[in-house]
Amino acid sequence: MFAQILQQLPQQLLNGLVLGSTYALFALGFTLMFGVLGVINLTYGFYFTTAAFLALYGSKLLALPIWLALPGAALLAGLIAVLLDAILLTPLRRKKAPELSSLMVTLGATLLLYSLMTATFGTEIRRLPPAIISHAAIMLGGVRMNLSQILIVVTTVLIVAALLAVIRFTRFGLSMRSMAENGEAAELMGVNTDAVVRLVSFISGALGGTAGVLIGLNFNAIQPYMGETMMLKGFAVIIIGGLGDIKGALIAGLVIGVLEVLTAGFISSDIKDAVGFILLVATLWFRPVGLFGRAPAKRA
Amino acid sequence: MSVLKVRGLTLGYNRTDAVKGIDLDVAEGAVVSLIGANGAGKTTTLRGLSGLLKARAGSVLFQGAEMAGQPAYKITRAGVIQVPEGRQVFANMTIEENLRMGAYLVQDKAEIARRRVGVLERFPRLGERLQQLAGLLSGGEQQMLAIGRALMADPKLLLLDEPSMGLAPLFIEEIFAIIRALKVEGRTILLVEQNAQAALEVSDHAYVLESGRIKLQGPATEIASNPEVIAAYLGAA
Repeated sequence: MFAQILQQLPQQLLNGLVLGSTYALFALGFTLMFGVLGVINLTYGFYFTTAAFLALYGSKLLALPIWLALPGAALLAGLIAVLLDAILLTPLRRKKAPELSSLMVTLGATLLLYSLMTATFGTEIRRLPPAIISHAAIMLGGVRMNLSQILIVVTTVLIVAALLAVIRFTRFGLSMRSMAENGEAAELMGVNTDAVVRLVSFISGALGGTAGVLIGLNFNAIQPYMGETMMLKGFAVIIIGGLGDIKGALIAGLVIGVLEVLTAGFISSDIKDAVGFILLVATLWFRPVGLFGRAPAKRA
Repeated sequence: MSVLKVRGLTLGYNRTDAVKGIDLDVAEGAVVSLIGANGAGKTTTLRGLSGLLKARAGSVLFQGAEMAGQPAYKITRAGVIQVPEGRQVFANMTIEENLRMGAYLVQDKAEIARRRVGVLERFPRLGERLQQLAGLLSGGEQQMLAIGRALMADPKLLLLDEPSMGLAPLFIEEIFAIIRALKVEGRTILLVEQNAQAALEVSDHAYVLESGRIKLQGPATEIASNPEVIAAYLGAA
């Protein structure tokens, strides 16, 4: 029994890492949007779905290979995010509307957008054409993986590294951090906050879109409401990681992915989806600022 | 020669006008103070000048260019730098990063370094703890950081909003000493203060704001000896 578990463990860990990478990527965009723009934008899951569909049609109709379909779909999802933010949230920002109104507006928009998608595409599960990427198994030291799994991990590592570097070392990163802290003060320093809002929306949408294409690739199951399922998990990830905390989202995403796969592999796949939420409840119970969050540095 | 020339500036929130068509001039190198009771419209005026609040009517000429209707970041780019009410330092960023933010619009690294040296000479206390989070500083230290951050932008016109508010007496003295020093160095300052006495002492010129209108204006010494001002704002001493 133990020997069997031990034997399967490396494979399960790898699968968990792959799943966790997509969670992390998805949560990253969501937490970035919340952290810098200060809104919980519920349309976020829609970018995930949209990008998956864009990649699907790109590969079906235009026979695009994955290395074109993925960035193309991600960029378009980013542009859609900018557009939706401009239509839905910029007017609220101008009026300094309370946070709840942005929640309500994006909730309404989400319902509408998903309904339109379902009306257009139906709810049946669609599959990417096999030609989009090679599915041959690659053996690496007793662990079995395929090209799409490698693509998922590599893409996540590259994007996260790039994002952290931008935040840490560039002027744009400084403007994002200052806006996350205090939008008005950032404006007084000369930050063009409207431009930062657009850029952050774009990056978030592209991150969500990338995650959508990668999940579509990994599970090969694309349907309109895939983004909604992911949103629930995304919420769990960003709250466990600490709202607005990039590193927290990354680690929490990976941890939940690994735990889910281990649960499915060694206990029962019926309860795998409960893992993230049990962790969420525990976090809210014991560390409401998130696993890695620190209480804000403010004196009374 | 006026650097700042405000004519008929009207500002407000929702359906009410908080500032009702005021005229105001700030001469190059002068310290001008805007005094008045709570709710007279002082902070609203500064928010209007820095672009945080859009003007409903009127004109704000800075060095001859129209600022009314411009977004805040463009007004900052023109050299009008506001130290906002309540300091508004970036609490979860270090002192070093706060100062860097002050020079956000400056690309030249050597120039940023030069200004940083100047600010740290003026505020040695900040230099002792550059890596500390700004939110952990005391109120007085935060005010110094907020002024230091504004100086990193090398302001052509510095707008100070209630710099002494909520500070211990020792810090209040220090803040006014800093304003005096900035004046000697030739900085142009528009100061909003509830501490009318201290404000008038450092100012060349003063405006008294009441219910959104300029009630009185003149040389600071004249305003300070006006019986109405003494009764209303300086306490019958």
